[in-house]
Amino acid sequence: MQIFEYNGSAVVAMVGKNCFAIASDRRLGVQLQTIATDFQRISKIHDHLFIGLSGLATDVQTLYQRLVFRHKLYQLREERDMKPETFASLVSAILYEKRFGPYLCQPVIAGLGDDNKPFICTMDSIGAKELAKDFVVSGTASESLYGACEAMFKPDMEAEELFETISQALLSSVDRDCLSGWGGHVYVVTPNEIKEKILKGRMD
Amino acid sequence: MGDSQYSFSLTTFSPSGKLVQIEHALTAVGSGQTSLGIKASNGVVIATEKKLPSILVDEASVQKIQHLTPNIGTVYSGMGPDFRVLVRKSRKQAEQYLRLYKEPIPVTQLVRETATVMQEFTQSGGVRPFGVSLLVAGYDDKGPQLYQVDPSGSYFSWKASAMGKNVSNAKTFLEKRYTEDMELDDAIHTAILTLKEGFEGEISSKNIEIGKIGADKIFRVLTPAEIDDYLAEVE
Repeated sequence: MQIFEYNGSAVVAMVGKNCFAIASDRRLGVQLQTIATDFQRISKIHDHLFIGLSGLATDVQTLYQRLVFRHKLYQLREERDMKPETFASLVSAILYEKRFGPYLCQPVIAGLGDDNKPFICTMDSIGAKELAKDFVVSGTASESLYGACEAMFKPDMEAEELFETISQALLSSVDRDCLSGWGGHVYVVTPNEIKEKILKGRMD
Repeated sequence: MGDSQYSFSLTTFSPSGKLVQIEHALTAVGSGQTSLGIKASNGVVIATEKKLPSILVDEASVQKIQHLTPNIGTVYSGMGPDFRVLVRKSRKQAEQYLRLYKEPIPVTQLVRETATVMQEFTQSGGVRPFGVSLLVAGYDDKGPQLYQVDPSGSYFSWKASAMGKNVSNAKTFLEKRYTEDMELDDAIHTAILTLKEGFEGEISSKNIEIGKIGADKIFRVLTPAEIDDYLAEVE
């Protein structure tokens, strides 16, 4: 039994024109048994910064709580929101602190930086950052997600088209993975608003 | 710092509500060599007297103005060795911030952390407060900033400030001469004139030190040749 595949997960983020989208599946399982169909994998850090965590669900929740804690203190001390690049460095440092007993998660970070330039990155469970200009994926469905995103992605998509693309990529990938699925949860973030949508796919 | 007979804090309150050790530390600062700082519209300048105890001292080896980061510099009035310890601690804190966030530390954050260190030494057993006040000059996303940090750990942001022996004359002079839209070069001239006010003897590039930071966000200590140029302009 692989520990990263215990709960099942799929997370993907894509860059658009002055916007980004981040999406995840909604299944929480214990190996092959489905326990919940509304599990939150993506969380907001601030209005222009989201983090999606795949992997072991308990670590997903704990790591999210620790990161929100650190960001709230940062906001109080520095009187400003954290830039996405800074937040990614912080997550990487926190993961590496546990180098020899790691959090079993792979984060996907997506945000709008200075001048509303979209920023996405992913990292492994011990903090190795991987920046990308187009899309990043993580979770048990990651191989299918790579294929689907590579085929469907186009640069400089507007918010509506980005939403369609990321939703199709997510739903078609989780259909090929028995451990993830049961719908999708998509956030499309532009400089002025956050659009949140629930997707209904194959409910199995 | 636990078991010795002297492990109580020296900074216990007096009946009048003062911390006597901090008052004495401020006296030590007040008898130190004059230093000052001026915040211009496009940069900050800090300067200090560099009176050496004897002509045999190699003045090029004495550096009273120090970098804390590439875009933050500092000068002091008071005890030189205490200053060195604080500079070391501040540099380490700045580097830790950079390592964690991969972003240079904002000036206010570094000042706050340095001030916290100084405050800790007023509330711990077996230690004494630092005998220095610092002037911290930096340029970050919020623009040029000048802070003063005292031995008690309190810090203030200043448009222009002075510390040390000649503090009251220097501050009066600065109050008269300071304008909000001063540029960096004007500020350097004003700094030199302020130092000249209470200077014993002939002012020259060998017995003052000047540091500046402009919109390029790089803190630099001026070379003696550059100081000579500014001195000539002031004459």
